[in-house]
Amino acid sequence: MAEVLVLVEHSDGEVKKVTTELLTLAARLGEPAAVFVGSGFDTAKESLAAHGAAKVYVADDGELTSYLVAPVAELLAQLVSSASPVAVLLSSSADGKEIAARLAIKTGSGVITDATDVRDGPVAEQQVFGGSTVVTSKVGTGTPIITVRPNSVAPETNAGAATREDVTVALSEVAKGAMITDRVVEERGERPDLSEAAIVVSGGRGVGSGENFSVIEALADALGAAVGASRAATDAGWYPHQHQVGQTGKTVSPQLYVAAGISGAIQHRAGMQTSKTIVAINKDPEAPIFELVDFGVVGDLHQVVPALTEKVRTRKG
Amino acid sequence: MKIVVCVKQVPDTWSEKKLDPSDSTLDRGATDPVMNEMDEYAVEEALRLKEAHEGEVTILCMGPDAATETVRKALSMGADRAIHVIDDALHGSDAVATSLALSKALQRLGDGGFDLVILGSESSDARMSVVPAMIAERLGLPQLTFAKEVTVEGTTVRIKRLTDDGYQAVEATLPAVVSVVEKINEPRYPSFKGIMAAKKKPVDTVSLSDLGLDAADVGLSGAWSSVESFEAAAPREAGTVVKDDGEGADKLVEFLASKKFV
Repeated sequence: MAEVLVLVEHSDGEVKKVTTELLTLAARLGEPAAVFVGSGFDTAKESLAAHGAAKVYVADDGELTSYLVAPVAELLAQLVSSASPVAVLLSSSADGKEIAARLAIKTGSGVITDATDVRDGPVAEQQVFGGSTVVTSKVGTGTPIITVRPNSVAPETNAGAATREDVTVALSEVAKGAMITDRVVEERGERPDLSEAAIVVSGGRGVGSGENFSVIEALADALGAAVGASRAATDAGWYPHQHQVGQTGKTVSPQLYVAAGISGAIQHRAGMQTSKTIVAINKDPEAPIFELVDFGVVGDLHQVVPALTEKVRTRKG
Repeated sequence: MKIVVCVKQVPDTWSEKKLDPSDSTLDRGATDPVMNEMDEYAVEEALRLKEAHEGEVTILCMGPDAATETVRKALSMGADRAIHVIDDALHGSDAVATSLALSKALQRLGDGGFDLVILGSESSDARMSVVPAMIAERLGLPQLTFAKEVTVEGTTVRIKRLTDDGYQAVEATLPAVVSVVEKINEPRYPSFKGIMAAKKKPVDTVSLSDLGLDAADVGLSGAWSSVESFEAAAPREAGTVVKDDGEGADKLVEFLASKKFV
């Protein structure tokens, strides 16, 4: 059976959930073959094997991660040429999309980003215009390169051998053009990644100040959720930009999205409309967010959210 | 320093976007066109770099006649000149074809024609975030993308790349391709003087043949990916909305429990 390449996203070998989702989709198209870049394969192996990776191409070379995006695209281009996969699947992260972009040009292939489903063909489904339209697309030229949004599919367990095959790539000078000189992690505490969290609690204009975001964070922590923010809140400097959900920020698709003090303007909806369950708390009964909700409370978030946090904690014991 | 800023005209965020049933492309007639918001940050960043280092800012726009408005807006913000790639055959171009046309237009400026290419990190209509990386790949230039800060010192360009949990510091030697995120700056509004001056600024109109491209290389015929079908998403079922009478939190936690979130 032909291979389907899946680029693994990990942090020192801790495999991100989106990778297990990609392996699940890959198994529909052919034999999943993971591509692991950097160190930590021994840590990653169990998770990759449990989600069906028959083979893992391992490129444990510091040079590949010292430069932005281009080296991994060269590695994948080499694998596309040697393994002739039926498709290459990547996460719709910033890196995933840009690696896909360069790989498409290198291999003369079409690229589809932000797929929410991938089926035999392969065809990809996308939800565009803030989730109002569902588009089915396919790649007609080259090797289909598809980036998939986190939380698009439930990861399935599916035993694979995850046999290691080391690969090396001689990087071109061009690939070494943009050097990463520092990586700065700003404190997030123990909260999950916003992009792939199962639950997201977001605050907006109604939160009122940066200090008040502690109310949002407390609910997020009680639910084991990531924290998001509307553009109004990040524009005001109440919460860091990388937490912004919306058209010019992140697009999230969690199981549960809690919007507190967010009116639900188009700009925000474009980033969260495909969430499975939506809950909102807002003072204004006319707020457009209530058109989207499964459950809404018209009220003051400063009363409702702390009370909710307390009750969630009690229930969880 | 010679800077080229790529700008795109898109439907206004606030308007309802639709696909045209005849060819599955964005129905641009159905919406109010504006400059892609993220591109305003790119223009502003270029103007600030020019103010700090001297030089020239050129706007590069691919789009129909109507995109002239977006070109004029960028010029009225303070850019010096513009190149407008117009050709009916470009209609329906995917990201691969768009990056091809833009790369050819950049190459047409010749060796040393630019030090920096700056783009917005995504357009609000397609939202792919791939064109900057594709242009860098095609031109064999370093890419410094998703920048929340850009500095140039001599022939070195440094950025802070926004990541999920902070940022990466990235550096390269000019020439390079940079994409910017919003909040990198506060884009200026065109002044009355700027609007008047923009009318006299040179706009070079370029066709596909000027770029050495064939109609088959771009547009719907040159697309390497295609839409098979599209449909309106199933509407969300109307939910329950209650007024908080002191028991809002209780009702909410009951709902969350019924869905097994707590």
